[in-house]
Amino acid sequence: MEKVVIKTKKETPVAEKKSSTKFSKETYIKWFESMLLMRKFEEKTGHLYIQQKIRGFCHLYIGQEALVAGSESVLRREDRVITAYRDHAHPIGRGLHPKYIMAEMMAKVTGCSKGKGGSMHIFSKEFNFFGGHGIVGGQIPLGAGIAFADKYNGNDNVTLCYMGDGAVRQGALHEAFNMAMLWKLPVIFIIENNNYAMGTSVERTSNVHDLWKLGLSYEMPSYAVDGMTCEAVHEAIEEAVNRARKGDGPTLLEMKTYRYKGHSMSDAQTYRSKDEVKDYQAQDPIEKVLATIKKNKWMTDADIEAAEKNVEDIVAESVKFGEDSPYPTADELYKDVYTQTDYPYIME
Amino acid sequence: MRTIEFREALREAMNEEMRRDEKVYLMGEEVAEYNGAYKVSKGMLAEFGEKRVIDTPIAELGFTGIAIGSAVNGLRPIVEFMTFNFSLVAIDQIINSAAKMMSMSGGQFPVPIVFRGATASAGMLSSQHSQAFDNWYANCPGLKVIVPSNPYDAKGLLKSAIRDNDPVIFMESEQMYGDKGEVPEGEYLIPIGVADIKREGKDVTIVSFGKIMKQALSAAVELEKEGISVEVIDLRTIRPIDYATVITSVKKTNRLVIVEEAWPLGSIATEVAFKVQKEAFDYLDAPVIRITTADVPLPYAPTLIEASLPNVERVIKAVKEVMYVKK
Ligand SMILES: Cc1ncc(C[n+]2csc(CCOP(=O)(O)OP(=O)(O)O)c2C)c(N)n1
Ligand SMILES: [Mg+2]
Repeated sequence: MEKVVIKTKKETPVAEKKSSTKFSKETYIKWFESMLLMRKFEEKTGHLYIQQKIRGFCHLYIGQEALVAGSESVLRREDRVITAYRDHAHPIGRGLHPKYIMAEMMAKVTGCSKGKGGSMHIFSKEFNFFGGHGIVGGQIPLGAGIAFADKYNGNDNVTLCYMGDGAVRQGALHEAFNMAMLWKLPVIFIIENNNYAMGTSVERTSNVHDLWKLGLSYEMPSYAVDGMTCEAVHEAIEEAVNRARKGDGPTLLEMKTYRYKGHSMSDAQTYRSKDEVKDYQAQDPIEKVLATIKKNKWMTDADIEAAEKNVEDIVAESVKFGEDSPYPTADELYKDVYTQTDYPYIME
Repeated sequence: MRTIEFREALREAMNEEMRRDEKVYLMGEEVAEYNGAYKVSKGMLAEFGEKRVIDTPIAELGFTGIAIGSAVNGLRPIVEFMTFNFSLVAIDQIINSAAKMMSMSGGQFPVPIVFRGATASAGMLSSQHSQAFDNWYANCPGLKVIVPSNPYDAKGLLKSAIRDNDPVIFMESEQMYGDKGEVPEGEYLIPIGVADIKREGKDVTIVSFGKIMKQALSAAVELEKEGISVEVIDLRTIRPIDYATVITSVKKTNRLVIVEEAWPLGSIATEVAFKVQKEAFDYLDAPVIRITTADVPLPYAPTLIEASLPNVERVIKAVKEVMYVKK
């Protein structure tokens, strides 16, 4: 499938200034552009859901973009990523053109899962994105298993296994953590702690509110990270990736983040205040990256406008691609269930 | 008579039983403060307090085991699964503990517990959120399995389930919670294991249960217009199955179509067909036909869902087939 290329024309900056951080201008611009694409794509997704062009359960990533952007600036294409059903941003971060995600959500045959998975089940083997999983916590052992295969095969790829703060209460986490440490698997467990599992806050699910501490009983290197800041995410992931590539095993990173929108598209959000949402919006990761870019004069206003225009074009192209594509026809029903093409289904 | 929603009927059943017996409590994800993911337990926290209406973390295996443990030590839990798709995380405790403890202990430890929640498909949710495990649970001795199709049955059967001293699986549907139906004000119970003839007829018997009963009933109405008289039996309970009602009907109509939302292999339909050929072989004028969901994980696209699920057209076609009616 086509890779997304964000092609902004950069004018020569007025005065190239040294960064106050260790990250390059290119990294910042990449963060800005990729997060902007995720944000605009998700905003459009929300609109299309209201128009019923996207159906089913649909969960937006708005507010959490720094987790993916800050991780992807560390990863190689061969590294692997797996997550839960809140899964639109991760494949975009991997480089998959969002039109395949949009077509999937519109249930079209051109979608990355041929219209069979929908919003919760985005997959892209080509970009080493191992999916979108709907059973809370189900992806935790799977992530460890993907890493198991890389270790077995003797390469130095790493797996990023994302999960929600609600998912950490599943028993599977403990079994997976234990074996991942026992076998020193090259996996990084990332908790997307947006403080809520549907309507339940972290405080209401356990005595242990510092989720990074869950790794300690397995002596797993475990840290809390500011998930609203790309720099912090990148640094934490970089350290964890280095450890995993060297064969020193897994890391647990609790990334503190926030979802600006409801749990799914049907959520009245009575469990939190408007002010709480505003507080987090004030630390918006895209705004922060943009502020650094502006401070360093790495992009002119015209550059920024061009970047925004480019992102809007990609989103528009994605919607058009989805709308113009057909639904799968009934003959697709008995395909893709088995690799065996002449499997004898019960058909009456 | 007054009409209420399916979800209200369930709530009334739980409320009445919780008022009647303080050992009964409700546990599950989002059941208390959020008033239920599908608002079945709305207002229950306010009435019964957090001791008896309990929010859990997303930890199905753990809270199911805890509830079973409490049941063998004197309590009568109602466990809500947000949907039965997620009960698979907990199925070990249901099958290996709840369904076995009575027998393994030689009758010392009955397990009075109800596991309830939504089963089967509910729109474009793709394969992990669209599964009917009704027949899986019905396969297991030690459990009783109820799958009601309307608010009246739901209330009477849920009350019986809560009073029952054995573990009961009680399956609902996201697509039924808003359905309205007549439910009397006063208290009533419906016995577990008794089917209900929802519509009398003489030409063909349709056996079904749960949400998909709607397709069977709509088909019967359509067929009536064409002069075909269909008897529609709602099993209501699929463990134990009320075979007698089915056999009696088939002996009258001589033709049988079974409509079910599970996958075909090892379905309730298969079981009923077996029993009918064994007990009423000489009465059958046509082979039994079953209509189930296609033998595939349910995909997301509407075109593929349409091609997968039992619907009115497929039921009508099947009825005509057992009637040997052309067209
Ligand atoms: C095993 C299981 N139980 C329940 C659900 C229903 N459910 C879907 S999402 C969700 C909340 C998960 O919250 P969290 O892990 O914090 O992830 P977030 O949605 O915040 O990204 C629940 C309870 C499910 N999908 N799987
Ligand atoms: Mg969360």
